[in-house]
Amino acid sequence: MTSAAPGAPGRPGGIRTSKLDELRVVHQALPRHDQAEKIAGTTRYAGDLAFAHMLHARLVRSPVPSARVTRRDSTAAAAVPGVVCVLFGEDVPHNTIWVDVPGQTVEVAALKASMEVLATDRVRFHGEPVALVVAESEEALTAACELVEVEYEELPGVFDPDEALADGAPAVHERGNLIGEWRIDRGDADAAFAAADVIVEGSYRTQFVDHAYLEPEAGVGWMDDEGVLNLRVATQVVEHYRDVARILGVPESRVRVIAPYVGGGFGGKEDMTVEPYLALAVLRTGRPVRMQWTRQESLLARPKRHPMRLRYRTAARRDGTILAHSIDITADSGAYAYLSALVLLYSSVHACGPYRVDNVRLRARCAYTNNPPTSAFRGFGGMQVVFGYEAQMDQVAARLGLSPAEIRKKNALARGDTLPVGQVIETEVLLKDCIDAVLDRAGAKPAPSGPRKAVGRGMAANIQSYGRLVWLNDSAAAWVGLQLDGSLTVRCGVPDIGGGQASSLAQIASEVLGVPMDRVTVHFGDSALTPLAGTTTATRQLLMSGNAVYEASVQLRDAVLGAVARETGQPAGGLAMRADGAGGTVIAGPGLRLTLPEAVLICRRRNVPAEALGTFFGPKGQPVARDLRADRVFPDFTFGAHLCDLEVDIDTGHVQVVRYIAAHDVGRAINPCRSPGRSAAPRCRGSGWRSWRRSWSRTGSTWPRGSSST
Amino acid sequence: MTHTATITLTVNGQRLTRTAGAHLTLLRWLRDLAGVTDPKYGCGEGVCGACAVLLDGEPVSACLVLAAQVDGAEVTTAAGLSGPGGIPGPLQEAFHACHAAQCGFCTPGMLVTAAALLADGRIRSRAEIRAGLHGNLCRCTGYGPIVDAVEAAQEARQARPDPRDHLGRAPAGHDAPRPRPAAGPERGR
Repeated sequence: MTSAAPGAPGRPGGIRTSKLDELRVVHQALPRHDQAEKIAGTTRYAGDLAFAHMLHARLVRSPVPSARVTRRDSTAAAAVPGVVCVLFGEDVPHNTIWVDVPGQTVEVAALKASMEVLATDRVRFHGEPVALVVAESEEALTAACELVEVEYEELPGVFDPDEALADGAPAVHERGNLIGEWRIDRGDADAAFAAADVIVEGSYRTQFVDHAYLEPEAGVGWMDDEGVLNLRVATQVVEHYRDVARILGVPESRVRVIAPYVGGGFGGKEDMTVEPYLALAVLRTGRPVRMQWTRQESLLARPKRHPMRLRYRTAARRDGTILAHSIDITADSGAYAYLSALVLLYSSVHACGPYRVDNVRLRARCAYTNNPPTSAFRGFGGMQVVFGYEAQMDQVAARLGLSPAEIRKKNALARGDTLPVGQVIETEVLLKDCIDAVLDRAGAKPAPSGPRKAVGRGMAANIQSYGRLVWLNDSAAAWVGLQLDGSLTVRCGVPDIGGGQASSLAQIASEVLGVPMDRVTVHFGDSALTPLAGTTTATRQLLMSGNAVYEASVQLRDAVLGAVARETGQPAGGLAMRADGAGGTVIAGPGLRLTLPEAVLICRRRNVPAEALGTFFGPKGQPVARDLRADRVFPDFTFGAHLCDLEVDIDTGHVQVVRYIAAHDVGRAINPCRSPGRSAAPRCRGSGWRSWRRSWSRTGSTWPRGSSST
Repeated sequence: MTHTATITLTVNGQRLTRTAGAHLTLLRWLRDLAGVTDPKYGCGEGVCGACAVLLDGEPVSACLVLAAQVDGAEVTTAAGLSGPGGIPGPLQEAFHACHAAQCGFCTPGMLVTAAALLADGRIRSRAEIRAGLHGNLCRCTGYGPIVDAVEAAQEARQARPDPRDHLGRAPAGHDAPRPRPAAGPERGR
């Protein structure tokens, strides 16, 4: 096992680069490894696997957002033919879900959060699990869930984060409604405002958003012959096996989580969903159990994107230079903390956007309410603030008669600039390039299609971190091994949630080892049988597991070439390992040409392992305190710009997107054919976020009410 | 507890008979009784299109149809668009070439809806293709590559007529479907 060198300046985490023209597999538009099966319809997702004599499990959820639970009785439900057991909180060995950064070794005080697996005496949101029913059939479940008797004594609730933080608000939790608070105080904001030519103020609100991946939460669990509890579930995090073990009170080595190909995640499968309930049902019955949430359950009870209230005050000089921001953010965490404190930390660090701002005063708070919980969602708090800082940029530009592009380019961050939190931008910032790219592509604003139509053009830019917070001691491991026939096996614990995570690893291994793509097999997402690679979240997987596979592949290549060199008496430096163009791999040197199977046999004879384990460690840094000040918070950042032309019908208000153009600095795409999809989808999601209806009213109910968005 | 029904369906050319509750939807019948899992449960109320199958050649949301309503019918799922031995059908080849699957969960439903859309052989504009697929949701791709694939499939067919029909079947197939009117751009509900 080796470790990568810590990140050199300008190259976070020691990311390797090669000259583009040297690459044969990486950076090539190749069909994805997983595509053939997905298009044939044979991929087996979490809900597609069934066992003989399998049981089914379903949750009974609270129908009210805030109540004391006064009575629970399972007698009638348990009497339904086919029901195997009905479980309440008292039946859970350790009835607490702890959220403290799964898979990591450091506890972050601000994030330490807990909730009951099954609520016992208090429910805090509509949809909170209260009982778990396990039965022989879905029909028995339907009958029994109706008959689980739970009495609720409703309590006053609070459904707005600002109201939750006001004096006298109903306490969602005994220790108060404030979950987390971050502050930034950089430069001298008061002086900057006093010296400003222009000051603009704005207040912005964002709403709850559901991830709405096509695959609802699902999984199947079983006990294997070694006494290990197996959970094959739709998840972004196989490391939740630790959390399940803690709930069950068994050693971590007795729980295994397998992530098959996942039907979309977007952050919504970062927290546990079906895992603890499947585990309890399997442990109690000893039989295989399947749990599939309905879409309605998914919408009702799984964490959403944080609604935020963003209050900005911005000072600028007459020439358009942004002098200062004063920012106040309140986020709705819903009934349980989940990852709220960290989401809010991301919002705080990203709150000034991709611009140089020397004077910043920021306060960000997140509060408990009786709304559905909120947690990770693509961008992880970085997206909500875009609405705030970009609307402010437009306002300043309008006041000063500058174009939206001018003011953004004038204030754009550059390499060497310092973010308000204190981190220096060490890599190239291609923000101006992105802005120019969307402007070039857009051309002139289109003319309205009719006399009662108007066309508007908007643009926005953003900054987004990638990789996990640097004090989380992030790491990823991967194993590569050559088979006797020269094919290659890769093992890496990465969950593949549809972004081509496993396929990218195959490309990297293929590039280094010269084994053709169709002879590379990737085993992924298994907490017991693949080296742990961490979460598929935070835009970290390619950085982390990609480098782990690279490390392992380089080790393996060097080992094979070393063995061949000793066998043949040639210097290893003169040998190369590459595709032979005929579907195989060749080890070539001056006057030497060996097939890979021949080379593997040489390794065997010389006691050289034809396999290697590589571990990649993320950049390190110190944890932050409430007052944010750090040399490094994230490994690095990336930038983008979007432009949209839309037409409004002046009479009906109907809005039609005429053109939407996005440019992002994605670095060197491992598979360029995949990148357009990876940015087109968030673009659609962004449009949806902006233009669709909000889903949560002020009463904690979770169905669309038709009130307009922000 | 419930009435039972014995239902026979021809699924992707294979005759299957199962006895189960008469209340079962076609989707549950396929997934839970027949082990045919490429139609997916996405919403259970006919909104997302992940469960789309062809019922006697017409696209339907399998979550909205009771199996007992369609006894004797021929059902084609995405897997049924492949040829013998799992060789990809022409539409599947186009999806492959255009990288039209990401997480892949919407893909089976998208494929059968697209197959029905192309059934009449008429060349459709991108806007018509988008309209024809409007009942199938995708959260990963942004739809572009999927529309590309359908467009490529119809262009490929025009340039090089394929003897196989839109379900990927050879003309002499022993289980040719009963003739049905061509599906319109609206997905059957």
